[in-house]
Order: sequence, then C-alpha cells, then structure tokens
Amino acid sequence: MGQFGIGQPVRRKEDVRLLTGKGVYTDDVNIDGQVFGVFVRSPQANAVINAIDIETALAAEGVVAIYTGEDLAADGVGTLETEVEMADLAGNPMFRPKRTLLATGKVRFLGEPVAIVLAETQEQARAAAELVMVDYDQLPSIASTAGAVDPSSPPVWPEHGSNVSVHWENRPASEIDVHMERAKTRVTVDIVNNRLVPNPMEPRAAVAHFDAATGMMTLYAPTQGGRRIQGGLAKGILKIPADKMRVISQDTGGGFGIRGKLYPELGVVCWAARRSGRPVKWRGDRNETFVSDYHGRDQVNHAELGLDENGRVVALKVHTILNVGAYMGENGPRLPISGGGRIIPGVYDIENFYFSVKPVFTNTVPTDTYRGAGRPEANFLMERLMDAAADATGLARDEIRRRNVIRQDQMPYMTQMGLLIDSGDFIGNMDMAMEHSDWKGFEARRKESEKNGRLRGIGLGNFVEAAGGRPTEEMRVRISADGKATVFAGTYSHGQGHETVYAQLIEEYLGVPFDDVSLVQGDTATSPMGSAGTFGSRSSWMGGLGIRRSSDAIVAKGKKIAAKLLQGDEEAVSFENGVFSAGAGSVTIQEVAKAAQEPKNLPEGMEPGLDESFNVKRDAELFNFPNGCHVCEVEIDPDLGIAQIVGYTAVDDCGVVLNPFIVHGQVYGGIAQGIGQALTENTVYDAEGQLMTGSFMDYGMPKAQHFSHIEALFNEVRCKTNDLGVKGAGEAGACGAPSAFVSAVMNALSPYGIKHIDMPLTPDRIWQAIADAKSAKAA
Amino acid sequence: MLTEVNMTINGAAVSGKVEARTLLVEFIRDHLKLTGTHVGCDTTQCGCCVVHVDGRAVKSCTILALQARGTSVTTIEGLAAADGSLHPMQEAFREHHGLQCGFCTPGMVMMGIDIARRHPNADEHTVRHELEGNICRCTGYQGIVEAIVDASRVMATAGEKV
Repeated sequence: MGQFGIGQPVRRKEDVRLLTGKGVYTDDVNIDGQVFGVFVRSPQANAVINAIDIETALAAEGVVAIYTGEDLAADGVGTLETEVEMADLAGNPMFRPKRTLLATGKVRFLGEPVAIVLAETQEQARAAAELVMVDYDQLPSIASTAGAVDPSSPPVWPEHGSNVSVHWENRPASEIDVHMERAKTRVTVDIVNNRLVPNPMEPRAAVAHFDAATGMMTLYAPTQGGRRIQGGLAKGILKIPADKMRVISQDTGGGFGIRGKLYPELGVVCWAARRSGRPVKWRGDRNETFVSDYHGRDQVNHAELGLDENGRVVALKVHTILNVGAYMGENGPRLPISGGGRIIPGVYDIENFYFSVKPVFTNTVPTDTYRGAGRPEANFLMERLMDAAADATGLARDEIRRRNVIRQDQMPYMTQMGLLIDSGDFIGNMDMAMEHSDWKGFEARRKESEKNGRLRGIGLGNFVEAAGGRPTEEMRVRISADGKATVFAGTYSHGQGHETVYAQLIEEYLGVPFDDVSLVQGDTATSPMGSAGTFGSRSSWMGGLGIRRSSDAIVAKGKKIAAKLLQGDEEAVSFENGVFSAGAGSVTIQEVAKAAQEPKNLPEGMEPGLDESFNVKRDAELFNFPNGCHVCEVEIDPDLGIAQIVGYTAVDDCGVVLNPFIVHGQVYGGIAQGIGQALTENTVYDAEGQLMTGSFMDYGMPKAQHFSHIEALFNEVRCKTNDLGVKGAGEAGACGAPSAFVSAVMNALSPYGIKHIDMPLTPDRIWQAIADAKSAKAA
Repeated sequence: MLTEVNMTINGAAVSGKVEARTLLVEFIRDHLKLTGTHVGCDTTQCGCCVVHVDGRAVKSCTILALQARGTSVTTIEGLAAADGSLHPMQEAFREHHGLQCGFCTPGMVMMGIDIARRHPNADEHTVRHELEGNICRCTGYQGIVEAIVDASRVMATAGEKV
C-alpha cells in the first residue's frame, strides 16, 4: 500500500535525530551526584591472587570507595553461568564453571576485572586504579585453541582436570564411516576460523542509579533489548524482584550479538551504586572493549567430504574445536552445535552427516554470539569443502555445487539434523549471482590483469542460515484519541531501522499515516512483558508478526465500535485503508480511536481505547532460512600480496522484503564484517596469554578502501512459516562473504598451486604463500 | 591548575576553565554538553570525534582544548540551518542510508564535508581512500561513500562554504 507501505524503500525516520547529534548514547547520560567507576583489570592471563592492597588507593584524592570480589561475595551477589547444557553420547555432562563478577582467588584471562574504584571524577578514579596493588603469582597459561585439546596443556580449571569441557557428537562416527568408505573421492580441509573482536563503534558503558526510598535500580547501558538483562541482573545477581530493576537503552552504537549479553561489569556498577549510595557511571574505553567484550568465532575445524563417481556427496564428517575462553559465555558453547553445526551441510542435500564439537577452555576473553553466531563458521567450512571437491573431481566450482544443492522441488526439505527448510531457490541464487557478476567474462578480465602483472580471481559462496531467536516476543500497538499510533516494543533497534519499518507495517495494516506512527523502545518500563530483544535476525518476523496480530485485534475491536457508530451490524463492517465502512456509511480509524475513549460509544462491557498486544510464541524448532549466493572478484599484486576486491555481487533471499533500502544496508554491513574476518581482522594472543591486538592500531578493522561497490540483489522466495513471508536479514552477509572472498583469492593464486591460506588473507600471508610456492618450485 | 579557554563553537562564543590535559573532545562533551561528538577509541583511529577547527577536519580527541583557543569550531550540532533544514552532507547520508546505529555518523559527516571541500565532484576511489581515518562497523561504507560522492557534487554546484 502507498509509498510508505510494505516493500517501499522508505527513508528512515531515525536519521534526522542521529544526523544532527541528538542521539542519546549511554555516555551522554549523566545523573546528579554521580561518581565515576574505573575497573582494575588483570594484567595476567592466569594467576593466583595472593592479596589486593587498596589502602594507598583509598587515600587518593576524590576516591569514594573501592570494591573487590570479596565485598560482592560478602553481600551475597550472584554469579554468572552459561545457559548451555550438553553431554557426550555416554551422557557425561559438560563442565560448566560459574563466574564471579570480580575475580576472586584467581584471574583466568588478561582484562578480567578484579576491583572497581569509585571517585568524584573520571581522572581521579583512573589515577587511583593505578594505585590498587594486586599481588599475583603467575601460573602457566594456554591461549591456543588447538593446543588446549592437548591433555598436557595448563588447565584453566584444574578442578575439571582437562581443558575440554565435553566431547559432543551428534551420533557415533562409525555410522558415517561406512558411507565415507564407499566414496570414490575424499577431500579434507583444515581450517582456523579466526577469533574476532566484534567492536561496535560505541564502547561499552553503564550508568546505574539506586533509589533507596523505592528500592528501584535503574541501569542505562547499550543493549539489544533490556528484558533479558533485567531478569538476569535482578534474579541472578542483585537478588531483587524484576520489577525493581529497570534497564534503559536510548541509543546504542551497534550490537552484533555481543551487546545483548549480561556482562559482569553491569552487575558490578549496579551493585556499587546500591552499596555506595551514589549513582555510578562507567565509561569503558576501546581497550576495555578489546579485553572485556565477548569475542567471536575462534574455531578449528577438520572436515572430510566423500563423493561418488557423479560428484554427489555421500558423507560429511566435521570435527570442531571451539575456544570458549576462560569462562563460558551465555550462549558461547552452543554456537558450533545448535547455532551453526546443524546447518553445516548448508544448501546441499547431504544425508550422512557426522559432527563433533569440543568446547575448550583457554586463558582468553570468553567467546559468544557475534553476527551469524556459528553459521558463518559452518558455511565457510562447507564451501571450502566444495571448492576442494571441485579441485579433486575436476568439476567446475559451480557445477559441483549444482549437483548437490537442495532443489526447489525437494522443499520443504527436512535436514538430517531435523530442521525443516521451507523454501529457497538455491540454483536460482547461483544463476543470478553468476550472471550479474559476468562470471562468463571473467577470463577476459583475468588476461587483462595479467598484462598489468596482476593476478585475478573469482569465487563464489553459497550459504543458508537458520534465523529465529528464542521463545517469545510481545508487541503492543495503541491508537490514541488524537489518531496517532504508537508501537511499544521490547525488540530494540540499534541501527536496524525499526522505527521506520514498524511504521510501514502500521500504515499497511491500519492505514494510520507513516508520519503519525511512533515507536517506544529501549526501556523495560514500557516494553511488553513477553519481549526478549533484537538478536538472531528475529525482529522482522517476531516483531512484525506481533504488530500484525495486534493490528488485527485493533481492527476487530474497531469493527464493533464502528458498527455502533454507524448503527449497523458488526458483520457488515469492512475495513480497508484506515476506513471502516458499512453500507453507505463510513468512519475512519482515527474517528473510531477518538470514539473509543468514550464508554457511551462502546458496546456493553468493552474496555475503552484501541490498545492491543500480542505475544508471538515461537514453536521450538520453527526457524526461517535466509540464503543466498555471493560472488567476489579480486585482483592481487603478487609483489605486495595485497588482495583488492574489484567486484562483489550479493544475491540474497530474505523472503518478503519489508524495506529494500534497509535490508540492503543489513546485507552490506554483514558483508563488511565477513570480509573483515577474511581480509583484515585477527585476534592474536602470544604464548603468555597477552593480547597482541588490543587496539585499533593492531587490530585490522576493515576500512572503506578495502571494498568495492557491492551489487546487492534479491531472489525473493516468500517464507512459508510466517504470515509476513519474511526471513532474517541481519546475519546473511557475514555468512556469504568469507567463502566467496577466499574462493576468489585461491582462484587467483591457483597458478602457484596454492590451495589454502588461513584467514585473514593479509598481504604478508599472501606474499609468504607466493614466496613459499616459488621456492618449492625452484627446489 | 585550571586555565581559561575561549573559542567560538557553532557560531557562539564560549569559554571555560580547563586543565592543561583536557582534550578538545572533553571540553565539547563534558563542559559544553554537546554530546553529538563521540569518542570511539583511545588511539586516534576511529574518527567518531571529528569536528571542524577553523574549517578543517580535526580529530578532537587528539588536540588539547587549549590548542583550540581562539579558533572557530563546528560540531555536528552546528551544521543544520536555524530552520532545521539539513546540510547537503546530512541530507545525502539520509538519502543513501549512510548510517545505521549512528555512532560513527557525526564524525563521518564532518569528515565527508572536509573531503567534499577538498575534492569537489569527488569520485568513489578518492572518497574510499580519504576515509582511511574513519571506521564504521554497520554500513559496509557503501551508503557513506555514495553519500559523500553525491554531496560533493551538490556542494560544488552550490558553491558550498559552510
């Protein structure tokens, strides 16, 4: 409907505010009487804490209080633990250590908070934090993912004895070995899926205020929706009723999964506000983002693919080691299994699939959900296997894929792991991506590059991800007496443009003009009780469906009121474009909203107002499956090893597109994070567990110059499992980009016989691979 | 020891007492409560804090407030006209979806204006390289680059001299 309805490239409502400096991020919040909190963090990767001497620091100018883990424990403050439970095939459970908010007795990674210093100014708190003397006894440490499997590696948790928390398998390996043995061709890949620091541009911060008179704790912090953090803080940490805990996020500068978590610092800041009687403000800096935000990825994969004489896959085996860090994040250990492992076969029809996962402890920052959360890792290893299979069978890279993809006539397709893929046009994705990238014309372009002394490569990557998010999302829609609509949401837009898209839905469903719709979000005091937040590419379908159902309820109620106003039968009333009609009479939804305030206009017993909520409940396994095919083209200067992207075509099936302008933005951003992983980003710990990449000076954030224009296209196939027909869009780009890019670079390097370089494909790695290949040839 | 500092910010004369170590961005955010200018890193890489000092883009985290004495500073709050109409660069960011979470945006817009002034009718390649000192994590830079290319044309045509 109209220029603001579903499918229109509507410009964003939120932009003028954000473009004129009127956004309100957490560091913009100040409360009268606040003190500044600075954390004392561990400089050691693994050490016993012998003593913490705070005397000198306490005496420093402006210091109000200093708290350590012992103060928290004495006050009965709770601990953090993972939500994940799993067991091996014999039923032995995973080792799940608890984490105290401030380290007590031991520190287990560099950056772990040990104490908090409160002072009148930021500078005073920072200076006093330097004076807190912690006496450490350094212990041997382990940072390496693959190395942590070694039984002789220094144990992060000696009480468990091993760094392997569990060896999870989907089935006995022997069940798949019989299929693997009948394969004509077998290929293997060994992959290091590099650890990433998610790095939203807003560093983490928190402002907490405790009102002793009412017992109300209010926390301002960047989140992805406060409801889950509210519950965890209230019940698990502070031991107060949930309705005495309020979490507010006005604007949040990026989330990418990791901002949705309950971090120890949030609990400490709240508790310190209660204990000290002063509001507490903590402004984390970028270095703290590096050493205390959860990290992403960090897997080591060994995978084997068996194919028959026709290039059809007969068996797939994957062994994954996941580095969970020193403690287990809320969801971290689940990522290689229910996050991504279940869709390792990807868009391919693979019946015989085995995978095993070993989540291992190391003396590093814990890992958790980062854009894609297991799916980029899964898609990457599957696509690397496909390229290896193409190489081994002599089939073209697209041909080997065509022979194995799930066809549309196989939909709905039940995967061997029990996921029902409802829809998708995987062949069509490839056709579209190859046509728009002029795959056929590549050879001519390659020759042109060759004349200039450059190597040129092209690559493609298919992907599918399971999007959804957990159980419920409640939405509330109200039309006030003035005819204006308000959406109350617990989903939380931190860049995704919900203010715009939700208003489009309201105009579509209720006929209230786009400009008359506002969104109230980011506050647990106003968000519906059944809300959870924005993560896992869930807001369009769960939030959107909640708006649709709430709107339906408003129309149903409106019809009853309109019938009374029009003195007709309710059954005779129709609703279209914001107008209720019965016979010759009609009344607008705005008029009905106004009338609805007056009990005399209402049928007997009806509550006044047009104000309806709906709680969307996700059935346990009802996912949707965003998918696509990306093609990347690179040019490499062999003397410098620099791989420059010169072409990028992204074909995405996000189901029905509510706003192409905004969905394209999600695709571009996801691709940039995927290319960041593949080209520039790496988190490096040395053997002592010291973080070598702790700032933007050492950690390669992707810049504008690393990209070329991205041609983004939709191959829209309506999702059959929700009324809106939408599939998730937030994480797709990060799933498709690494494999397309790496495939392109390997294609460019094929004259040297180079088969594999671990991500990120930095100039030094490419240069070294070329140099090694040259010297091997000379020898 | 506090020292008096005077400058013009967004056309208005301002003054305040600062420490020698006070950064310009701290003066802008903490003293003047102009919170549109953001701090995204500790090492002068991210560009979230870019403002104009005497018409040139400067990272306000890397200059002392005292160094800006007597200068004319423009922040993101000072770009739109009094009637609320947006600067062509702000308008272009809106039109090309050059922002998502909005945190890097003020710095990007201020840098974009600086690029457009130095490179009227800037091409994509130039803009991408000129953005070396500005990091965005949301947009993949596509909308930002398109916006700056577009606005550089609009500004060149209009003879923009904000």
